[in-house]
Amino acid sequence: MKTVTLKRHLKESLKSLKRNGWMSVAAVSAVTVTLILVGVLLSILLNINKIAHDVENDVQVRVVIDRDTTKEQQAQLKAKLQKIDGVQKISFSSKKNELNNVVGTYGKEFQLFKGDDNPLYDIFIVDTKSPAETISVAKKAKKLQYVYDTRYGGASAKKLFKAVAAIQRWGLVISLLLLFVAVFLISNTIRITILSRSNEIAIMRLVGATNSYIRWPFILEGAWTGFLGAILPIVLVDVAYLWLYEVMSSSMASTGYHLLTPGTFLWQIDLLLAAIGIIIGALGSGLSMSRFLKI
Amino acid sequence: MDLSMLISNGNYKKQIQAKKKGRNSLIEYKDVVKKYDGDTLANDHISLKIEQGDFVYVVGPSGAGKSTFIKMMYHEEIPTSGHIKVNDYNLESMRNHEVPFLRRELGIVFQDFKLLPRLTVFENVAYALHVIEKEPKEVEKRVAHVLDLVGLADKKDSFPDALSGGEQQRVAIARAIANKPTILIADEPTGNLDPETARGIMDILEKVNQEGTTIVMATHNSFIVNEYRHRVIEISDGKIVRDQEEGDYTDENSHA
Repeated sequence: MKTVTLKRHLKESLKSLKRNGWMSVAAVSAVTVTLILVGVLLSILLNINKIAHDVENDVQVRVVIDRDTTKEQQAQLKAKLQKIDGVQKISFSSKKNELNNVVGTYGKEFQLFKGDDNPLYDIFIVDTKSPAETISVAKKAKKLQYVYDTRYGGASAKKLFKAVAAIQRWGLVISLLLLFVAVFLISNTIRITILSRSNEIAIMRLVGATNSYIRWPFILEGAWTGFLGAILPIVLVDVAYLWLYEVMSSSMASTGYHLLTPGTFLWQIDLLLAAIGIIIGALGSGLSMSRFLKI
Repeated sequence: MDLSMLISNGNYKKQIQAKKKGRNSLIEYKDVVKKYDGDTLANDHISLKIEQGDFVYVVGPSGAGKSTFIKMMYHEEIPTSGHIKVNDYNLESMRNHEVPFLRRELGIVFQDFKLLPRLTVFENVAYALHVIEKEPKEVEKRVAHVLDLVGLADKKDSFPDALSGGEQQRVAIARAIANKPTILIADEPTGNLDPETARGIMDILEKVNQEGTTIVMATHNSFIVNEYRHRVIEISDGKIVRDQEEGDYTDENSHA
């Protein structure tokens, strides 16, 4: 296709979008509603996936050390921990270090607890050889002297993971259904605009326009429809996710798990929503065209 | 043997062809039959040749098969049997994707003008050039020329709805000739117009023909046929019943 023709098609598709007025608004709305649902579902699914993955692969047991233990006592504990079956690596994190982590993740407000006000404990971070061994290692460690508590993820996620798998499966099915409905809605809406222009299409064919020449402006119009329909969902998902991330961060702080960080996640999902919009728009339009192009 | 057989196979046709020796035949129908729904016979064993530069009227009462005859020429209808050659394209074996390329070599004008209502006069004419991917400058130049030829240069920014019937038909002719077609096919181009406007259209078609374009025009306006004398092919009940140089025509239902 010549550049001049592509320019004509682009111009024509935008003009036609404007001319179709309310029909365009209806088609854009269909995309918007679908993409809001798809955007929300995708955000939930990807985060569940991430957390499930983190939990499943968590081989760490955090052994919380009693407050008044001396360095020697800590060394004794470390030696005992090393003897437990399944332990691969042990590293020490002081309560100062733990607080720095909290400050780094959740903000400077937590610097208030510096020094003697620090409510945290020194801990040993014990890495097990596999997630399955975290339970036994944690249980054995808890019985040792100078141990205040143990915390672990790993195998405890089994039940959670079953639930997550089900959520993912159904989420995917629902997303696909939504997209199918969107393509159907768009192709129907665009079909009405095409139907009102079937006379024009007949004339185009009479002056020697090829099928692809006739089809392109319609496909581009569908793509614009999809793109415009994606704008509101992108803004809504971004705003809602930033807010949710903020809220969830503080409530999830104690678990050690995090939602996907907005920085990378949001532009990926924005791009994905725009791409889905453009594809379903173009597809819906292309599909409804085909029956008018049979010679 | 009935009259039509006598004419289509007889000496008369040979005489016409002899006169035009040395010219290429652009359109050739050989034993063409068109049936609708299996039984209705619209065109019954039609054979003829139309040469380069001809101006041919296809006349006959409504329902005689004129439209079918014309529509087969630009592959809007496909013959049930027989052979049609237009501009070296064999239409009966033509593939769908080749059809646009045949139509780019033809100009087609209809009784109901068939203009794109959402485009201006200029854009309507330019559309025929856009589909063959002409450069904008060339489009501009060519459209200005043909609009000038049909006397509508000052209406180039108007929309079809704002024009009279005669003006709309002139836009349709401008669009049809924009591509410099070898053949201009006109299906009842004056059917919706008053006699004076119809004469205006005929003057333009005469001009186009004098520039070398072959014109095939279906009509039942006898005053047009009698005033602007050209070859007349009369179709009745799907058969050619007369093929006459500088012929006349009398139609009982004619408006004039």
